[in-house]
Amino acid sequence: MFKLVPRKEPLNAMLYATPFIALLLTIVAGFALFSALGKDPAQAMYLIFIKPLTSYNSLAELLVKGAPLILIATGLAIGFRAGVWNIGAEGQFTIGAITGGSVALAFYPDGGFWLLPLMALAGALGGMAWAAIPALLRTRFNASEILVSLMLVYVATLLLSLLVHGPLRDPEGFNFPESRLFQDSALLPNLLDGTRANVGFLVALVAVGAAYIYIERLIFGFQVKVMGQAPRAARYAGFSERRIVWSSFMISGGLAGMAGLFEAAGPVGQLVPSLPVGYGFTAIIVAFLGRLHPVGILFAGMLMALTYIGGETAQIEMSLPSATTSVFQGMLLFFLLGADVLVNFRLARAGKPLVATKPAAQSPALEPAE
Amino acid sequence: MNRATRLFAGLGAALGLALAVVGGAGAAEPLKVAFVYTGPIGDHGYSYQHDVGRKAVEKEFGDKVKVSYVENVSEGPDAERVIEQLAASGNKLIFTTSFGFMNPTIKVAARHPDVKFEHATGFKTAKNVGIYNARFYEGRYIIGQMAAKMSKSGTIGYIASFPIPEVVMGINAAYLGAKTVNPNIKFKIIWVSSWFDPGKESDAAKALVDQGADILMQHTDSPAAMKLAEERGILAFGQSSDMADFGPKAQLTSIVDDWNYYYISRVKAVMDGSWKPDNVWDGLKEKMVELAPYGPAVPDDVKKMADETKAKIISGELHPFIGPIAKQDGTPWLKDGEKAQDKDLLSMNFFVQGVEGSLPK
Amino acid sequence: MDLVLNILLGVAVAATPLVFASIGELITERSGVLNLGVEGMMVMGAIAAFAATLASGSYVVGIVAGAAAGAAMGALFGLLTLSLMSNQVATGLALTLFGLGLSALIGQQFAGASLPQFPRVNIPVLTAIPFIGPLIFGQDALVYLSIALVLGVGWFLTKTRAGLILRATGENHDAAHAIGYPVIGIRYLAVTFGGACAGLGGAYLSLVQTPLWVERMTAGRGWIALALVVFASWKPLRVLGGAYLFGGITILQLHSQALGLKIDAQILSMLPYLATIVVLVVISRDATRMKLNAPSCLGKVFYATS
Repeated sequence: MFKLVPRKEPLNAMLYATPFIALLLTIVAGFALFSALGKDPAQAMYLIFIKPLTSYNSLAELLVKGAPLILIATGLAIGFRAGVWNIGAEGQFTIGAITGGSVALAFYPDGGFWLLPLMALAGALGGMAWAAIPALLRTRFNASEILVSLMLVYVATLLLSLLVHGPLRDPEGFNFPESRLFQDSALLPNLLDGTRANVGFLVALVAVGAAYIYIERLIFGFQVKVMGQAPRAARYAGFSERRIVWSSFMISGGLAGMAGLFEAAGPVGQLVPSLPVGYGFTAIIVAFLGRLHPVGILFAGMLMALTYIGGETAQIEMSLPSATTSVFQGMLLFFLLGADVLVNFRLARAGKPLVATKPAAQSPALEPAE
Repeated sequence: MNRATRLFAGLGAALGLALAVVGGAGAAEPLKVAFVYTGPIGDHGYSYQHDVGRKAVEKEFGDKVKVSYVENVSEGPDAERVIEQLAASGNKLIFTTSFGFMNPTIKVAARHPDVKFEHATGFKTAKNVGIYNARFYEGRYIIGQMAAKMSKSGTIGYIASFPIPEVVMGINAAYLGAKTVNPNIKFKIIWVSSWFDPGKESDAAKALVDQGADILMQHTDSPAAMKLAEERGILAFGQSSDMADFGPKAQLTSIVDDWNYYYISRVKAVMDGSWKPDNVWDGLKEKMVELAPYGPAVPDDVKKMADETKAKIISGELHPFIGPIAKQDGTPWLKDGEKAQDKDLLSMNFFVQGVEGSLPK
Repeated sequence: MDLVLNILLGVAVAATPLVFASIGELITERSGVLNLGVEGMMVMGAIAAFAATLASGSYVVGIVAGAAAGAAMGALFGLLTLSLMSNQVATGLALTLFGLGLSALIGQQFAGASLPQFPRVNIPVLTAIPFIGPLIFGQDALVYLSIALVLGVGWFLTKTRAGLILRATGENHDAAHAIGYPVIGIRYLAVTFGGACAGLGGAYLSLVQTPLWVERMTAGRGWIALALVVFASWKPLRVLGGAYLFGGITILQLHSQALGLKIDAQILSMLPYLATIVVLVVISRDATRMKLNAPSCLGKVFYATS
């Protein structure tokens, strides 16, 4: 029998190797899955992992799909590091789209160079305002931020539905529940000619860079880390829990709100009831796949985007039901999450003496902190 | 054109050339046709029925066509990519079957002038985008009449999804039909704020039955309400597809969307080069809207009445929206003998007089 | 009177899947594990129960299959989070994604099939009592099972030694380990039990509430179940209260629409979620009491160091 034995120090080589080990396992499991379904597994793998990388347009689409995931996950990771569990980014995303989009519609059909920055600001503020609710209820009343932020996702989606059925409805749109198409000056400039890739991806890159500096270089980033790993020590050291909860929610909410606006002002170009498609939830997985590190998140976000786009390609070309893609994605995530154990542990024969080190644990603070 | 684009354009051209050489070797290429659905084809409602149309196309043309579909496409940012990918991968005719695909379809169509698009239930057309829809309201008028004639309690329960014109139009048509039979008929409406949540649809159906409705109508996609009607021993009308399997005793009839002939005719038109963008809004007459076979609970006089109404609508003798009709608040809408314009129907956002409840402004 | 009775019966149907799923999650969390994959386990329970009932013609077989499918999903979660020490939040989300996909894949062949109505209990004389009869003696068997389960869990946690050990594991896994309890083993049992309960909740949806199978038919109920556990401040009986309150508001908002209340449907649909937040705030306000209830080790990775 084998047993997992903790390493004295996290093995750096494994840090880079585990994603590939996981990928390999996924491919093996994927072969079994697709063969069981009577589909050609090699073709499915090719369509999911390789094909999207071979055309200009689908490369651009990777950026479209990856940008919001990276932007949101970067913000969430900062909170997760501090043990602040904002899992309602989907709601903040939706509200950001509403507030930012409303700015465009309020000025319709006017606009100028100032409009987009104003919309982005409004989107970020909207996301922050929505995130302020769980932050306030957590710091003031000890209410679990996981659940408050989650409940608010449903409320935000219904609110969007209400608004596009009513006040924000396109006056010339046959009363269909959609806003006007935004004026040209309210649309994000394209990044690559002839595609939908927009400057939102650049903003995501900037956010990754800023988060990197914030976490690695600044005192506050240190406080965040300590708070997450040892709340009691953090309090003795005089860090304010209130301040960390608030700043975590403001950063993640603001980025999620901005991501929402970029969706509305980018690939969609208007407000529609089905604007939120789960980026806020997928971003949580992205944050962990990226090991809560901005650079890791960048890769994880692009990988997730690849599986979505590759899954669509496989659906189109092989008539795979969309459920197959979800199962495949689920397996990939299991392997990625599971394989990470090898960073801190090694396989050994059972019975040998163990070395006493504890793995760094992430703890969602469902309970109010002391 | 920046450098990257040029590079990729060059690669693309080379690849295209290579493909052309390979392709040229074969015989006549099958026409590639694609369908985009917003729901799972297993919804047993709206998307399912479009997929029935897809299968009809496959059956009709055999190996002269290569048909593909994508299901569960959200009406948000993903739609444009899916449609783009379909257009870029050689499909010559693409059906986008849900309202939310309208703007993405128009955008993709502008980039692919050689691909033909058909968008269901929207209002924007282009040189290569035609639109089509079914006059479901004609069927709803008939089931309104049937409901009013058969209801003992005089209360009809109506499960609605979202207050879009299509749904509002359906409620009004059913009510107007019902009123011709029983001027005191009452409609109770529940909005479930979802197209597809069987649990909630079932709960809503329960609530309506508990409040005295003995006949249910729905404008949501799952057969949950039909199932409940069967259990409670009351009656119901199906939606989109024939739901008799779920309510063998309960189903009176169902308004069935029949896209088969339309899809076949459009594919044919592309094949022989006669395709033109069109604005098709067909109804009972063209059989795009059909009534499922009457259930065992429908007595002969009701069958007769429904058949007569159907014949009159088909012959044009009867229009469900013919004046005098006032809006809910009493302001006049249609004068005596005036028929509603299609434009007004397609953008309907008010209830007619007698319907209770409110719509978002 | 009939209307009130019917509303109450409707509430029980809306609340029961939530009772099952949240009581299971409560045990999971009491052992110190946070499983956000309830939705995925529920939906797997729903398809398994439906398919098994259809194939065997027996509800009992179906219910057992639903619980087993949920338990298998729970065990999979355990394998990842307990043995491989993956992050519980991310793994739970991935479990949901996986469950929704797999159930849809299995369910493709069952689209369009349907089951007869699930029988209600009928005790001669008692069920015939007006009002109280159908309410107390006329529900379906699973409603009683869900209530019994809650009472059983309450008794188990407070009155048995095993329950005490489970709670100790959730409160302080290092201490529990030091005393000699098999922390990982206990948690495996807890997440598997939690999965089985979620599977029962799903089975209730596909066998009783609708009764048919459609993709994604849980429609977010797994998330509500998670909220109810905190809402109940980890106390079994309060889970019952919370689930019935949530179910009650859901049913009442539908009834208020049918009565012609002039409020936008979307706002009414928000009510159950807003109500959950409000009650959550009221319950959590007392910080010390809340802290006493919450398992201290919730969500923390455990590794036996000696």
